[in-house]
Amino acid sequence: MSDEPRTMFEKVWDRHRVLEREDGQTLLYVDRHLLHDGTAPAFEMLRVRGQKMRAPGRTFATPDHYMPTNTRIAAEIPDPALREMVLSLERNAAAEGFALYGLDDPRQGIVHVVGPELGLSQPGMIIVCGDSHTSTHGALGALAFGIGMTEVAHVLATQCLWQRKPKTMRIGIEGALGAGVTAKDVILHVIATIGTAGATGHVIEYAGSAVRGLSMEGRLTLCNMTIEAGARAGMVAPDETTFGFLEGRENVPTGAAWDAAVARWRSLASDPGALFDRVVEIDAAAIAPTVTWGTSPQEAVAVDGRVPDPATAPSAGRRAEMQEMLDYMGLSPGQLLAEVAVDRVFIGSCTNGRIEDLRAAAGVARGRQVAAGVTAWVVPGSAQVKRQAEAEGLDRIFRDAGFAWREAGCSMCLGTNGEIGAPGERIASTSNRNFRGRQGPGVRTHLMNPAMAAAAAVTGHITDVRRLMEAG
Amino acid sequence: MEPFPRLRSIAVPFARDNIDTDQILPARFLHLARDADHGACLFRDLRYRGDGSEVEDFPLNRPAWRSGRIALGGENFACGSSRENAVWAMHGHGFRAVIAPSFGDIFAQNGLKNGLLPVRLPAATVAAMIAQAEAMPDGEVTVDLEAQTVTAADGTIHPFEIDPFARKCLLEGIDEMSFTLSHNEDIAAFERRLGRENF
Repeated sequence: MSDEPRTMFEKVWDRHRVLEREDGQTLLYVDRHLLHDGTAPAFEMLRVRGQKMRAPGRTFATPDHYMPTNTRIAAEIPDPALREMVLSLERNAAAEGFALYGLDDPRQGIVHVVGPELGLSQPGMIIVCGDSHTSTHGALGALAFGIGMTEVAHVLATQCLWQRKPKTMRIGIEGALGAGVTAKDVILHVIATIGTAGATGHVIEYAGSAVRGLSMEGRLTLCNMTIEAGARAGMVAPDETTFGFLEGRENVPTGAAWDAAVARWRSLASDPGALFDRVVEIDAAAIAPTVTWGTSPQEAVAVDGRVPDPATAPSAGRRAEMQEMLDYMGLSPGQLLAEVAVDRVFIGSCTNGRIEDLRAAAGVARGRQVAAGVTAWVVPGSAQVKRQAEAEGLDRIFRDAGFAWREAGCSMCLGTNGEIGAPGERIASTSNRNFRGRQGPGVRTHLMNPAMAAAAAVTGHITDVRRLMEAG
Repeated sequence: MEPFPRLRSIAVPFARDNIDTDQILPARFLHLARDADHGACLFRDLRYRGDGSEVEDFPLNRPAWRSGRIALGGENFACGSSRENAVWAMHGHGFRAVIAPSFGDIFAQNGLKNGLLPVRLPAATVAAMIAQAEAMPDGEVTVDLEAQTVTAADGTIHPFEIDPFARKCLLEGIDEMSFTLSHNEDIAAFERRLGRENF
């Protein structure tokens, strides 16, 4: 190994190289393989070949995509096809012998909430999962990325994955975040700045004082939506915040092994002088609470802003694209976002379903009422988050305000469990994608942070939460 | 996997940037078994109305473009969700190649593993090919993986890059898992080292 300064990404990459192929691809060893209830086809691919799993001890599963959030009993899933997704995960876990945090397990939840929560996701690891939001786990200083189903089968059989070394991008976010500005606003602002393909082929390292100042929950939100900028993965260098978050968690070493682990994790940070293929600087003070207006996460503006006008588009193609988005979203150019009425509110997902998110939303909901005609849901990211929220009395605040308090799962983020909006409905959502039809055919999604979603619920329209809280 | 053929076909243009995999295969079809008819669900909500009737001007409903094997896309084609089902839907419909200036990373990888070739060509070249498809819907495009060239409907020839190993796998119908399993001893050696280093 040369003494060239290396980025954090390169250190993790180098440590996991099993071999190189003549075309320049690298076989990487996978420390943690996370599975959810959409993985049945990968097991079928193994069965067809008569192939067993290589490393069940490195594999951890929990049902999240297909389980309705009004029950924990699989037999109560009305749609037999969805029920089968949940049951097949249980059967595969029993047959292959990997860990399953099932519906009756107090550790069940969205796989990207559960991994960090249980200390399965640790600095320096390579973590993969058949879900694009696997980028979440990079917040701990891991190299974590989503893979397709054939790749899931490949990892099940070999515990390895072929990858071409991606490029690196450093996004430095310096300065102090303003009042009411959260990690969600930071990442929406980053995506709006560099574009939804702005980081394609890159691994992003988030750095700078604003990132250092984020809690672990905030960093998880930041890395979670990295895929929305096209990147393979996002990472944050492990520091005291990371170690404080991990210490004492179920799968984290203790005693002398903990001390040794922390020493090793400290050495992961990018070396001074390490070169990145691309560097982006963002001024933290310029970020406002941010809301999407279109059907791609990059179409985001400050909450006190207006819906953009296609007439100002730089090209005919962009003009047509913007007009299509406005038509789908039922918005007019120049309209104030804060005037847009909502039908539903969804607080949850692997982006914003953690305890800090629920505290922020409850802070707005406390003593207020969900507006007439609005259906508002809170779906905790995991059973553990749900218990913690209940211990803090957050569930009572939400229920008293008229929110539904649900069981843990992906729910309305993508609606694979049947929980979707009706055509034409407009949803203020803390999830990660506002694609056309993402929350149901014809449904219009506005992405925002949890306090803003709660503010939309109690006012009935998109609201600048800073103004609401000032008004008292 | 079946060996990848030399393709000659009309080209179906999907002339938008950032088409996401939620459009290519909506999430409510994700639970379908691998051998289900994913092709019928391709672009379902753009292609059909809620009542099942066809949206006439959607490319797949235009008479000339119902059965193409080559698709043309905009920048960042198939971004978003990692769902391999989006590739299964394109492949199930009959597509064997997508030509675009750029792709969502995971989709491109998924495509290579399922006999759907992602071909990156310069944006201006793809824009010209889309214009040709619209002007002459029955114009044929050739994708020659062996030669690594695309011949546009106007006869111009455009070379493209592809990982040599992925090309070999596609041409010979090799699957990557068998290749990796043949390196079992390297993986075992790595695991022994990993155990010693305790990470």
